[in-house]
Amino acid sequence: MSNSAKAEAVLALHRFGMGPRPGSIAAVATDPRGALIAELDRPLALSAAAAQPSSARAYRTVADANARRTARAKQAQQQAKKQQMAAAPTVADDQSQAEAQTQGKIQGQGQEKDAAEMAAKKAAEAIPDPGRPIYLQEAKLRTEAALAAEIGFAERLVWFWSNHFCVSANKIQSMSGAYEREAIRTNALGRFVDLLQAVEGHPAMLFYLDNLESMGANSTAGINRSRGLNENFAREIMELHTLGVRTGYTQDDVISFANVLTGWTLVPPGADPQHGGEFTFNPRLHEPGGQTVLGKRYEQEDVEQGRAVLRDLAAHPATATHVATKLARHFVADEPPPVLVEQMAKTFRDTEGDLKQVAIAMVSSDEAWRGPPSKLKRPSEWVVGMIRATGITQVDPVRYTGGQELLGEGLWRPSAPKGYPDDEASWIDGVGRRLDVANYFAERVTGITDPQAIIDDVFASEISSEVKQAVGRAESRQQALALLFMSADFQRR
Amino acid sequence: MSIVHLPTRRELLVGSGALFAWSQMPRLARAEGRDPRLLVIILRGALDGLGAVAPVGDPDWMSLRGDRALVLDGKTPALPLDSLFALNPAMPNLYRLYKNRQASIVHATATPYRERSHFDGQDVLESGVARPGATGSGWLNRALLALESGGRVDPHGSRALGIGSVTPLVVRGAAPVMTWVPQKLLSASADTQNRLLDLYRHTDPKLASVLQARIKLAALDGTPAMGDPMSDDPTLAPPGIARVRAYFADAAGTAARYLAKPDGPRVGAMGFVGWDTHIAEGAASGQLFNLLGALDGALAAIETNMGETWHETVVAVVTEFGRTARINGTQGTDHGTGTVAFLAGGALAGGRVIADWPGLKPAQLLEDRDLKPTIDLRAVLKGLLRDHLRVEENLLASAVFPDSADVRPMGGLVG
Repeated sequence: MSNSAKAEAVLALHRFGMGPRPGSIAAVATDPRGALIAELDRPLALSAAAAQPSSARAYRTVADANARRTARAKQAQQQAKKQQMAAAPTVADDQSQAEAQTQGKIQGQGQEKDAAEMAAKKAAEAIPDPGRPIYLQEAKLRTEAALAAEIGFAERLVWFWSNHFCVSANKIQSMSGAYEREAIRTNALGRFVDLLQAVEGHPAMLFYLDNLESMGANSTAGINRSRGLNENFAREIMELHTLGVRTGYTQDDVISFANVLTGWTLVPPGADPQHGGEFTFNPRLHEPGGQTVLGKRYEQEDVEQGRAVLRDLAAHPATATHVATKLARHFVADEPPPVLVEQMAKTFRDTEGDLKQVAIAMVSSDEAWRGPPSKLKRPSEWVVGMIRATGITQVDPVRYTGGQELLGEGLWRPSAPKGYPDDEASWIDGVGRRLDVANYFAERVTGITDPQAIIDDVFASEISSEVKQAVGRAESRQQALALLFMSADFQRR
Repeated sequence: MSIVHLPTRRELLVGSGALFAWSQMPRLARAEGRDPRLLVIILRGALDGLGAVAPVGDPDWMSLRGDRALVLDGKTPALPLDSLFALNPAMPNLYRLYKNRQASIVHATATPYRERSHFDGQDVLESGVARPGATGSGWLNRALLALESGGRVDPHGSRALGIGSVTPLVVRGAAPVMTWVPQKLLSASADTQNRLLDLYRHTDPKLASVLQARIKLAALDGTPAMGDPMSDDPTLAPPGIARVRAYFADAAGTAARYLAKPDGPRVGAMGFVGWDTHIAEGAASGQLFNLLGALDGALAAIETNMGETWHETVVAVVTEFGRTARINGTQGTDHGTGTVAFLAGGALAGGRVIADWPGLKPAQLLEDRDLKPTIDLRAVLKGLLRDHLRVEENLLASAVFPDSADVRPMGGLVG
């Protein structure tokens, strides 16, 4: 194995994969680019996912728990009130006593309210949220898939698309993992239009971007009720998911598209124990008639109208550029080479958004390999890289997700629909926090892993002499590991 | 102090398989009159024994360390131990114990390891095997196995305690170990931060500037550090020494609380990091002074929490090797050989510095560089195991410290 082959293998694993693990450099070194492309042909399913509830089932489970919680709370509240009433004073004789008692009664009411609320809260808390264990198990499955992958290029693409089309577990904890499995994972290497349709029609997305109650002014429900249109969903689809911001669409386009999307909702969980939480098109909410979006008239009825707009958005040249730019920025450089972006955008346009071909175009381009490893890994990539380097293949999801949150990239918990950022400026100030995490992790694994072995076996010695020296001179294995994990060789790709 | 996390039954059984042992434990504890406790503290990073216990009576001491030498009439006067040695003033508790004959110091000691790798040095120190790389089990664990089952120190129950998220090698092995992890984790040490900063300065200026900013912020946040007057780089001042002190005291104090329990473990081990004082060592008022102070606080916490069992206790504080006799170009010391071991506890026949002093003239140094070791640390440890835990001498030479037949156990350490 020549040095340059090893170097390209290391770059392949860091830049496009999840970081080297024991033996992986040797496994890909004969043809790193070919190995990346070959991984895209392997199935992307999660082996253990069959045991996980679907998003609709998860939604129903949580809705059911919430209903029981509300009922219990109400019951407890009433009981507490009754007890208070029994203990309250009754009639007053003279004026002063009456005043005193009025005061007392007001106070008593305050206490009564507090006690009742406390009782309600306690009763509700007695029923645990089923969303969290589902979230944790999904996190475990997803992380272990990243640890098990030979390279992890395909997994990185899943992560990328999951972030591009993010939902937040802060709002829908129970569905966040199933959403990724159902909508993203199955389409990440397919055509963009299919991915888009799957994502925008997914209950988690409709819930996250508040489209459930959105109704046209002239729809049956809109005429009867005071509530109306929600533009949020339509705006984010155009701004974030497809065309990109400032690409020529207008406020009128947003409103028209929002009207198109009215009626995209889910089956209420209480109404249908079989299908509650699944996607449905509700014609009572849908704005009737044709709409003009980006200069094109859409006369379709019902759900087909929205699907037609999504098809056109997916095929729009601005979408090709937006997607190519984001992919290249994520994998290659904060300011990706324009030539590379154009190559990828052209592939997107030429193949009608075949995402596997776009990924192949990226790794086949010399432009994607030329620059120095300037990308600062996101916390999620860095943490998984660290675990992979030790050869560990299983994680404790509580500890793992806790670590991710500590580093500012809680799993499936971005603070806004834009998802987590990809640029160095957003993450570099967290380096101190990373050091604490590296130090902690190093302490935990110091008994099962050796820093020199990681340099030799995991990195095939392809690491800077300064790092080798710092590791060799460290005062303990823990310190050596922490320095290694914190090195630029480990944090940049 | 953080909330004590009692080892659960499940944790106790990790790696042991000795399911039956738990129910028998209380009965085993006091089968004989004495009920010894042994706690081993590993100082990771190699301790400057000369900075900890200064040979103030040696005629070559001043010429060796110059104005960095610890002296009896310095700005921070060293504490006189005997005609030759004085203790670092950061350790008043150890000094008090020494005066009460409850502490001894072994000087110019070392393991058989003569190279300069921390990792290998720690392997030799903890495994008890003279060559590096033996990491399967530690001598303290094998010492337990060498004891009879059902004796004072039951080797087959959970008789050992490891402190920290990783059990120190010295106590790992076939005898079951229970572990306690401090709830408040110590963040990366000032030393680790500074090393990383140095690495970044050579490899990644952007990361360097971010890390430097954080270190400065942490220094502002923490208690005013006793900075080394020689150092003009503020990042070298040890930020967060208050946290280090708290961690040392918490970890050691907790270990003591478990060891003091009638049915608790009888031996324990923990490691303290941060002793690789290769720059700005500051024996009198810097890094080393602060760390020794934290260690002194840990010893006080052990004494307090041991209660009555302190009289049956020995604490052995050891390190993988020493540091160079001379100060290096960055006001620190490099990896050396001979160093000190601290022994404390009510079970000791203490109040002595035990040394076969080799002298400090260039020709008397090992390779004209290190304090020459004249006492094999294994002799000290074997003496403690034989006379305190009552491990049979022939097993000490074969099973506990393999190939150490020519290293006689040091007698008279315990009372």
